[in-house]
Order: sequence, then structure tokens, then C-alpha cells
Amino acid sequence: MDFTYTETQDMIRDTLSRFLADTYDFETRQKFTASDAGRDPGIWQALAQELGMLGAAFTEEQGGLGGGALENAIVMEELGKVLGIEPYLPTVVIGGGALKAVGGAQADAMIPEIIAGNAIIAFAYAEPQGRYDLANLRTTAKKDGAGYVLNGHKGVVYAAPWATHLLVTARTGGGQRERDGVSLFLIDANLPGVVRRDYPTVDGSRASEIYFENVAVPGDALLGGEGTGLALIEQIVDEATIATCAEATGVMQKLHEGTLEYTQQRKQFGVPIAKFQVLQHRMVDMFMEVEQARSMTIMGVLKLGLPANERMAAVSAAKAKVSRGANFVGQNAVQTHGGIGITQELAIGHYFKRATMIEGQFGSHDYHLERYERLTLGE
Amino acid sequence: MDMEFSPEDLAFQQEVRQFIAENYPPELRERQDEGEEMSKEDFLSWHRILHKKGWVAPAWPVEYGGTGWTPTQRFIWSEETARADCIRLMPFGLAMVGPVIYTFGTPEQKAHFLPRILSGEDWWCQGYSEPGSGSDLASLRTTAVRDGDDYIVNGQKTWTTLAQHADWGFFLVRTDKDAKQQEGISFLLIDMKSPGITVRPIITLGGEHEVNEVWLEDVRVPQSQRVYEENKGWTCAKFLLAHERTGIAGVAASKRAIEKVKDIARTEVDGDKPLLANAFFKRKIAELEIDLTALEFTELRSLAGPNANRGPGPESSLLKIKGSEIQQRLTELALEAVGHYGAPYFRGFGEGDNQHPIGPDYAHRAAPTYFNTRKTTIYGGSNEIQRNIIAKMVLGL
Repeated sequence: MDFTYTETQDMIRDTLSRFLADTYDFETRQKFTASDAGRDPGIWQALAQELGMLGAAFTEEQGGLGGGALENAIVMEELGKVLGIEPYLPTVVIGGGALKAVGGAQADAMIPEIIAGNAIIAFAYAEPQGRYDLANLRTTAKKDGAGYVLNGHKGVVYAAPWATHLLVTARTGGGQRERDGVSLFLIDANLPGVVRRDYPTVDGSRASEIYFENVAVPGDALLGGEGTGLALIEQIVDEATIATCAEATGVMQKLHEGTLEYTQQRKQFGVPIAKFQVLQHRMVDMFMEVEQARSMTIMGVLKLGLPANERMAAVSAAKAKVSRGANFVGQNAVQTHGGIGITQELAIGHYFKRATMIEGQFGSHDYHLERYERLTLGE
Repeated sequence: MDMEFSPEDLAFQQEVRQFIAENYPPELRERQDEGEEMSKEDFLSWHRILHKKGWVAPAWPVEYGGTGWTPTQRFIWSEETARADCIRLMPFGLAMVGPVIYTFGTPEQKAHFLPRILSGEDWWCQGYSEPGSGSDLASLRTTAVRDGDDYIVNGQKTWTTLAQHADWGFFLVRTDKDAKQQEGISFLLIDMKSPGITVRPIITLGGEHEVNEVWLEDVRVPQSQRVYEENKGWTCAKFLLAHERTGIAGVAASKRAIEKVKDIARTEVDGDKPLLANAFFKRKIAELEIDLTALEFTELRSLAGPNANRGPGPESSLLKIKGSEIQQRLTELALEAVGHYGAPYFRGFGEGDNQHPIGPDYAHRAAPTYFNTRKTTIYGGSNEIQRNIIAKMVLGL
């Protein structure tokens, strides 16, 4: 048993952390998230070209640094600390994860593009009626000659306005909520018939409603088997969920640190408010949530390779714990700051907003608690 | 003891329902339903209608323009206005400075200000908190120095709600630097158009411009606009804070808000059932309703119990704590209910495009409302301060 990081992993963290300290201070982040594009494309290029960071989780044969889920977690935690909106999760963790899983010509063609920073992938999986159920799909892909025709509506697709490619879940058969009949497609984001409505999100990113209106996609857009994609989708979403737990750890750590710092500066009744025991205990509780989020993220990373049911139970345990922790730490960071915590002026409120969105991302506390119960205690 | 409505109460309830049905502005209702932000004129339109009817200040003594309603009638009134989604009345005049003026003011102050509060002619704001004085309000540093018949006021206030609309503000200022903190404070009424006043917006997490900083530089204020004795302003401040706390419980509004969350959860789908059938979600609604019932009956005990005529005491802190926590949990449930559609930032949408909607209308405000409602456990004396008050004043610790 060994819970230490390798030299390469430490190097990844240090390099990224230094880079973000130089390029991603809060004011700069606020500027580019408010710009028309909603981001600074130069940062993504630098992550790819200067730091080689987009290859951290790919094998050396694929042109990467030889890492996997742990490297993804390291990157995501560092992005969490700066409220990074870079599309690492959908592009590398999810898109890259799917490509690694299916391998073959599709992977050979796309992974170098991801590592080079040329490809940005958005994950179009959620539908308005589906909540967190990955199989609840109305989007259809009908066989048409050698290819398929997509129709349907995907909601709240993060990073879609920036994407070169879309990773789309769709039904090639089966009823709306059946496990069978689900397929996964990686398509060019600008195919005719892809209609996007873009908007900002409350946590400073960009997303889109995507409508597929008779979109003709080539046959080789299909990743994995036709109609048997759900297991693969569940696997990559589990990987994404753990990566999100890692991001949450970074966000929560900053919320906690910011609160510690503020309470030592802010004086009321003639003393720093950090002297009040009621606030001390609260900050201790926040600290314990941060530590447990880190522990659950590592637990989840280490169990991602287990058989599906064990993997899913572990991921749900992690996300249930982290969702609740993000809620507690976010709310109490704001409360302890007082009025200034609910303004746009301090970073703390923006960390709170991201923590809030993470709570529900890939399933709320209740969703994962229920999935955990089902997998470990039976129906 | 009973909780039945008398025939007179039931008749009153009918009268109130009919009045609202016939007089609530339909265009205001439409704007509310569409989730639009309410303007000054929106708030004032309903205020003026109620003033015309003589119902704008049920809590005031009859001699100053109150309705003379029994506690039961006032209960019915708040239930019915919440049930009908009537826009809330601004509390700064009606629930805050008004009671201070009719309790502590001079005959001239009463005669001048009270009718203007009732009619809505003056919009008031509250100048209490300062950047360095939040929970420790008595440490405030805005000064008022005598100069002939006037005071010259200098300082900075913050979290001043809707000061951008205000005609008048009530301010706590230090008139004696040498006295013990609470004993050197006075309560001044200041014309917000006075030279030397600057109002600067503070934008909150949902993107709202609701609160402001107010800067006062050599603002000249006649001494006749001081309420109560010089250096006795803390008495007015405490009186007002206790009044503010009871209103803060917001029972009727929370009852209405629970119904709205249920409506969302009936519409949202979870698998092949409505979200409201989800055992986890249903349980949270049930717990919330039970907690709200406990709050309601605690408030009713204080409104209609043996101490009903004594005015709000330190137990109003309990109402503030529990009421604000319930308000927050409600917004949290609404956000949870809308799932993925909590993320789109509605202020960032372009107009129109019904072909491609961005989630259901009820989702658009879920996240900003959740963010914004974090204020309820902070304002009006934070919940930490309220617990201190109960420990000290109620438990004698």
C-alpha cells in the first residue's frame, strides 16, 4: 500500500500550480469569463504546448506522460483552486477517456489532436427529462446507409460554445429508459443541422442547448458497439465524477483557506472574529469536510478499475460525501464572511457558486446515496 | 384556547380574498409570473392600492393609520396576501422607521413623516451597518457634529438595501465619541437628496443590484430630524431590530414557497414518475413543512398568547433564526428540483427564441435566488448574534 505521489505526479502538480498562479489570478479570470468568448484560448494552448498538460493522462505511446485517473485528479484539483473554466473535464477526462476505452483508429486520430490542444470536446449527454439517468434518452440516431441521422435535444452542455467536437449519447434502439439501444458518437461540432443556443452559466463558464435537426453523421463517428454503449458511458461518467470530486476538493480548500484568512483579519467586538469559539468549531468542521473530500477522491480514483458494480458504489460514495461537503463548506464560508460573502466583489462568493454547481454535477447527493444503497444493500 | 376562525374572521377572509382578486394589478401579476425583476414602480403600485383602501399598515396603532385588526385578522391578511402571491411591501418605512417615529418621534415628525410613509410618497432606506461595524453594530463610526441648529454628518454606511430608490434614510450616527459605545449614538432622519450623499451599487451573487454603499461627506442635517434624545439612538435601534426580526420569520411567504417547490417537483420528471414521488425529495419537503409548522405556532403563540401586547422581545430571535433557515432550505430544494437547469445564468440569455427554450421558466431564478437568500442568516443581526441574544436575554447565560 502506498498513498504517495510519484515524482512525475508531483512535477505535474507543481508545474500546473505555478502556471496557474501566473496566469489565472481571480481578476484575470473574471475578465476573460466576462468577455464575448468567455475564455482566453491562449491558456488552453499553453496548457497543451508549453506544459504538455493535456497529455498527462495518456500513455507515452499515445504521446502523453503515461498517467491516468490520478493525473486527471491532480489537474482537476488545481483547476478547482483557481475556478478554472478550461474544458479539461469534457475534453481530456470524458472525451479522452472514451477514446482510450475504445482504442483503434478513432483513438489514433483524435488523441494527438487533444494532446496538441487542437480539439475541444463537449459532452452532450443530459436531456431535459432525464435528470441524472444516463439511459433516459429521447435523442435518436437512425441508421442511414453507412452513417446515422441524429435528432433530439441536449441540455446544458458545458463548453459546447468552444467545442470542435461533441460526444453525444443517443438511442439507436430500445425504449426511452432501457439499458439496451444506447450508443455513443463523437461528431464534428459544426455539422449541418447542429443548432446551438449558447449562454453563460452561473459559475462563470459557458454552455449550450443543442438541438440535432436531422444531422447526418458518418458511420465511424460511433464509439464502441451500436446499442451497447451504456456500460462505456457509465464508466466514463464515473471517471468524470471522480475528476469532479477532485475539482471540488480544490474549490473547498480555497473556501476554507479564504475563510480562515478573513476571520483573522476581520475584527468585531475588538477582536479578530476567528477568536470566537463558535466560528472556530465551524472552521474545524469545514476543514474536516475538505480532508474527507480529498480522501474520497483518492478512494474513488483507486477503485475506478474495479468491476462495474464495485466501481459505481465507490464513485457514488465519493460523490455523495463530496456533494454534501461542498454544500456545507460553501454555505459556511459565505455565512462566516457575512455580507461581503454574497457580493461579486470577493472571490469567495464565486467559489461558493462553483461549489453549488458541483453538488449536482453528474448526480446530486440523493442520487448517489440512492445508487450506493441499491448497489450495496440491494433493491 | 382554540385555533378556529369565528364567523367574523371567515367573513373577513372572504373580504380580503375578494379585494385582492378585484384590485391586484394584472400587469404586475404578469411580470411576477414571468420572473422579471421588480422595479420601484412595481413595489409602489400595490402599496398605493392598499393605502387607498386603508390597509397598508395593519401593524400600526389606529391613531397613526393602522387597521385595528385583531391578531387573527392580521394572520389572515398575511396568509391571503402570500397565497395570492402579492408583491411584498417594502419594510423600511412601514415596518422599520414608521414604528420608531410613532413610538419615539416628536409630534412634528409624526405629522410630517407618517402620512408620507403610508402613502408611499417617501421611499426609505436603512443606514445602520458600516464596513467595520456589522455584527458589532455599536462600534459604528459615522459621526454627527453639532453646527448651529444642524448636525454635520460624515461616514460610510453599507448593505443599504434599495438606497438607489430612496428619498429618505434613517441613520445611526455617533454624537458622542467619549461615551460608552451604545451611549453615544443618535438616530437621524436624512434626506437622501442632501448634498454630500453618494450611493454606490454593490452587486450580489445572482447579479442583482439590491444593496449599496452610502457615503456621507459633510452632510448637513437639521437637529429637528433627530428622533428621540441625543445619544439615546441605541434605544430606537434595538426597538427597530426586534421589530425587524419578527417580520423576518416570513411564515406565510414560506408556506407559499413550499407550494411552489411542490409544483416544480410535480412537473419535473424523475425516471417515470414526478420528482415529488421520489422518496428522498418527498421527505425533505415533509421535514420542511413540519419545521415551518413549528415556526408558525411559535409565532402565533407570541402574537396571540398572554404576552401578545408586550411587543417583540428577545424571543423574536428564535423566529428570525428558524424563519431564515427555512427560507434558505426552500431555495435549496427549488435549485435541487430543477436539476441541470440551475446552471444557465438567466441574465445572460438573449431575448426570445421560443423555438429553443433554455429550460423551464421556473428554473431561471432558482440558482440566483438560492445565492441571494444566503443573506437571510446574515442580515437583521446574523444568526450567530441572534443565538447570543437568546443565550444572554432568554437563558440568562
